[in-house]
Amino acid sequence: MIPNNHITQRTNLVNVLWDIQKKRRFINKDDIAKIANEFDISKTELEGIISFYHFFHFKDAGKYTIYLNCSTISKLHNYHEVKKAFEDELGIKMGNTTKDKMFGLFKTSCIGLSDQETAALINYYPFTNLTAEKARTVVSKIREGQSLQSICDFPKDNIQYKPKDEKKTIFFKPFKMGEGLEQLKDLSPEDVIKMVEDSKLSGRGGAFFPTGVKWKFCRNNASDQKYIICNADEGEPGTFKDRVLLNTYPELLIEGMAIAGYAVGATEGYIYLRAEYKYLKDRIDNAIEKFKNAKLLGKEILGIENFNFNVKVFMGAGAYVCGEETALIASMEGKRGEPTTKEYFPVEKGYLGKPTVVNNVETLCAVPRILEIGLKNYLSIGTESTPGTKLLSVSGDCTKPGVYEIEWGMKLRDFLSLIGAKDPHMILFNGFAGECLSMVDFDREISGENLLSEQIQFQFKDPIEYAYKMSGVGLRSGGSFMVFNKSRSIISILKNVTDFFVAESCGICVPCRTGNFLLSRKIDKIKLGHGNKADMEEIQEWSHIIKQSSRCGLGKTSTNCLLTAMLKFPEEFEKLTQNESNFNGSFNINKATHNYDTIIQEIESTYD
Amino acid sequence: MTNIVNITIDGKKYKAQKGKNLVNVAKENGLYIPTLCHFREVDPPLGTCRICTVEVDGKTTSGCTTKVYEGMNVEINNPELLNTRKAIIEMLFAEGNHFCPSCEKSGNCDMQNLGYDMGITVSRFPHVYSKKLVDFTSDRMIMESNRCILCKRCVEEIKTKDGKDVFSFVKRGVGTRVQIDYEEEAKLTDEEALYAMSICPVGAILVKGIAYEQPFGKRKYDKGGNSKQVLINEKLKRKSKDGKFVVATTSLAGCFGCHMSLLDINTELLDVLEIVEFNKSPLTDIKKFSKQCDIGLVEGGCANSENIEVLKEFRKKCDILVVFGECAIMGGIPAMRNFISLKECLEEAYINGLTTELGANVIPNHEDIPKMLDKVYPCNEIVKVDYFIPGCPPNANHIWKVIKNILLEEEYSITHEEFKYD
Ligand SMILES: Cc1cc2nc3c(=O)[nH]c(=O)nc-3n(C[C@H](O)[C@H](O)[C@H](O)COP(=O)(O)O)c2cc1C
Ligand code: SF4
Ligand code: SF4
Repeated sequence: MIPNNHITQRTNLVNVLWDIQKKRRFINKDDIAKIANEFDISKTELEGIISFYHFFHFKDAGKYTIYLNCSTISKLHNYHEVKKAFEDELGIKMGNTTKDKMFGLFKTSCIGLSDQETAALINYYPFTNLTAEKARTVVSKIREGQSLQSICDFPKDNIQYKPKDEKKTIFFKPFKMGEGLEQLKDLSPEDVIKMVEDSKLSGRGGAFFPTGVKWKFCRNNASDQKYIICNADEGEPGTFKDRVLLNTYPELLIEGMAIAGYAVGATEGYIYLRAEYKYLKDRIDNAIEKFKNAKLLGKEILGIENFNFNVKVFMGAGAYVCGEETALIASMEGKRGEPTTKEYFPVEKGYLGKPTVVNNVETLCAVPRILEIGLKNYLSIGTESTPGTKLLSVSGDCTKPGVYEIEWGMKLRDFLSLIGAKDPHMILFNGFAGECLSMVDFDREISGENLLSEQIQFQFKDPIEYAYKMSGVGLRSGGSFMVFNKSRSIISILKNVTDFFVAESCGICVPCRTGNFLLSRKIDKIKLGHGNKADMEEIQEWSHIIKQSSRCGLGKTSTNCLLTAMLKFPEEFEKLTQNESNFNGSFNINKATHNYDTIIQEIESTYD
Repeated sequence: MTNIVNITIDGKKYKAQKGKNLVNVAKENGLYIPTLCHFREVDPPLGTCRICTVEVDGKTTSGCTTKVYEGMNVEINNPELLNTRKAIIEMLFAEGNHFCPSCEKSGNCDMQNLGYDMGITVSRFPHVYSKKLVDFTSDRMIMESNRCILCKRCVEEIKTKDGKDVFSFVKRGVGTRVQIDYEEEAKLTDEEALYAMSICPVGAILVKGIAYEQPFGKRKYDKGGNSKQVLINEKLKRKSKDGKFVVATTSLAGCFGCHMSLLDINTELLDVLEIVEFNKSPLTDIKKFSKQCDIGLVEGGCANSENIEVLKEFRKKCDILVVFGECAIMGGIPAMRNFISLKECLEEAYINGLTTELGANVIPNHEDIPKMLDKVYPCNEIVKVDYFIPGCPPNANHIWKVIKNILLEEEYSITHEEFKYD
């Protein structure tokens, strides 16, 4: 057994690494030796941790480190021209640092600003709606010595819609600090759990696990210490609703966490904030301070006996997989963010081995509102299985990108007209891990009604059968809604999706780390017009293998979009594929011998 | 008695101790779930290799991380699962560089053994030709990351006396590899170092100087193994017809070893000649195809432009194309150059090498000399291949049994000895 104080120290490791990364812009050999010594771990183990996270560098990342979003929505806008502008202006290629170490330019996956793309972070300050010209201006302003704080664009909330009737609005209306907590005076923890259970609130991180049940499990696991962790990693490409909640309603979140703490008997809460949202940290810290000053956090809150609760923010360091709850916990414990084998669920053995509740920002924000408006009123909103409202982050080909609070049960077709979708052709619903929707789905409703099991949903071979069986089935999304019109290349979007998973796989399971890589190559082959029917069949077969045999949700869902796109847009693939042939179309003898020709030419000319 | 639960595996009922791990429960009942990362009673189980993928109550999951409970319904051996497990092994072979004939661990390798066990002849996935680090820096050990399957055994099991990790995963995604810490490694005893090598299920961790101590042929998996049935594709059977079957053979980027093996069946060759007639082949020294052939047998992969031409011609002129030997199937030894730039290879061979003449300054080239390709390609990355006969070289009986199988529609089973790849 490792002694306890060792573990507690470990929890500080990511913070220490951040300090050095911020100060020096990279972590060098000496730092590694020193930190390894201090934390009593081997250097190799430490390098394993550092190299896991996208935002930690072994080489100087530049005094001004630019991370340009390369995900599909950014590419829909000005990614290519902005990238070129940065490269030209700085005289470096993507992935490099200027000679004078002033600027570093790196790609990064979705940074939660899909409603104002193309966007970049410079030293974690956001810059939105970039054009080539704006990129050049930003660089020259930095060179002139203007502060990032003064020139960055603080992201707009873009709240585009909430139910007309304020009584039906859950999130986007004014909130008075302490209103929910006040009610705890008359409620036992069991009452709170019962209420959450009855409200049918389920995980808004995308897995939709019943929140009340999760809390009950945690409550029933006796322990001297328990934790509430708010999952603010919001890594799913295309979602940014948590960003808006964190920016405008941090009090609602903190109150939700405190109520969760009261219900399960936890005294400490952490907000795992993705590094991409660093600019929100002050806002959240201030809100925590406000709660403390109002004695709504701390000891014996509101005089309720044994109700002690505190909240801290923990900064992530750039890894999508750390949104997976067990990986998130590993990351907080100062380890590589690898999902566990789920021998134990976090409610049994979570953070530091103690029972832990991990909930999404939106889930936690809903709780004080249920207390506020009462269970009965809450249940009258939305549908039978999914009462209440849902936040959706909308981006892509539509006139009104932004966050929508809709009552569960809205028809997809109505939602599309609400967002001003122009000639919608394909929708990436629920992010890259979600599914592709097409016209055949437009009459389905956004809700949790009549759901079918996963196994059925991804087994359809025939689009007509799909349309028939799925027409009455509800659609649930953790929050991401990306819409594309007919002019967009579906295959390019799928390539972006697959490459995202190639980069973000934690590397444990071969089907996920290499399977997705091989799929990405296959998509290239098809994109270039060299694929045939056999390739299409292989994509399907391989996708199922990855789905079946991966350890965590990342691998299990990484091929969803690909599979559903193949089912619903067969014509998109057919127009790119050739007849079956005995010869591999992608092999090109001139290309394969080009290297040789150049070498011979070079040698001949050197010795002439 | 409350600790005993009733479970169903592949339709049969069993009793087991509640909470016990499924792989072990199956084993106790004489049922086999293949594993790679699973060993001893590491708790929690590593659950990294995914080879024990099974179906529990309709959902796929890894057997080693599943604890048995009352009423659970498990499937181990339905065709889909067997296929998935085989695919995972094939993917591991494709992902790393597994040149068994040149590997110190051959014969003692758990993965190689599973490959035999599952009758893998070729990986359905294209080879990645991984270029990860081969680390010789440590005084005692070699860390060959291109063979590592990231099972995590070494990470979890090998620690110094003061509890520090000697091995660790670094990076993530497709670039993930295991890194060795030289300083910590130096603190291990020799026994511990040997232990590290022995728990590595493949040849990624090697202790210098002793890797070949145990002779080939006397290693853990050298004996045993089952016979294999060659599955014949319905569409690719030959109907017996009058006259002899026409066979062509060629050696591309190979060593002719496979052709030597062809001749190794001794007097049986006479029987073979009863039913086949050779067309273009080094055996007959016929240089050009004179007619359409029933079967083409190809040894070696494609290293230059001529290999490509010949292979394409074979595909056109032979109704059934069979490739034999590792070089043809996955590039083999010649493909070891795929990790080095072509320029470096050529310069080493013709200009800078120890055996080149002093002052050598040309790389032979002429329009009559075939051009080298950027890398060595397995045959099936160039043309469609109908059958694969693995081995380095394949056993003569294996080759002829497959050929006869295809030609005469007779089923022959191939013994483990004949099927062995190395
Ligand atoms: C690869 C992966 C990434 C995830 N990313 C997030 C995330 O960014 N935010 C989130 O709230 N949940 C994420 N989840 C879901 C979490 O594992 C977990 O289910 C969730 O935080 C639980 O909270 P909820 O029940 O309130 O949704 C992710 C899951 C997987 C498998
Ligand atoms: S499925 Fe992918 S991300 Fe999840 S544990 Fe396996 S390798 Fe890691
Ligand atoms: S080096 Fe060997 S033991 Fe270690 S992870 Fe790789 S395959 Fe497993």
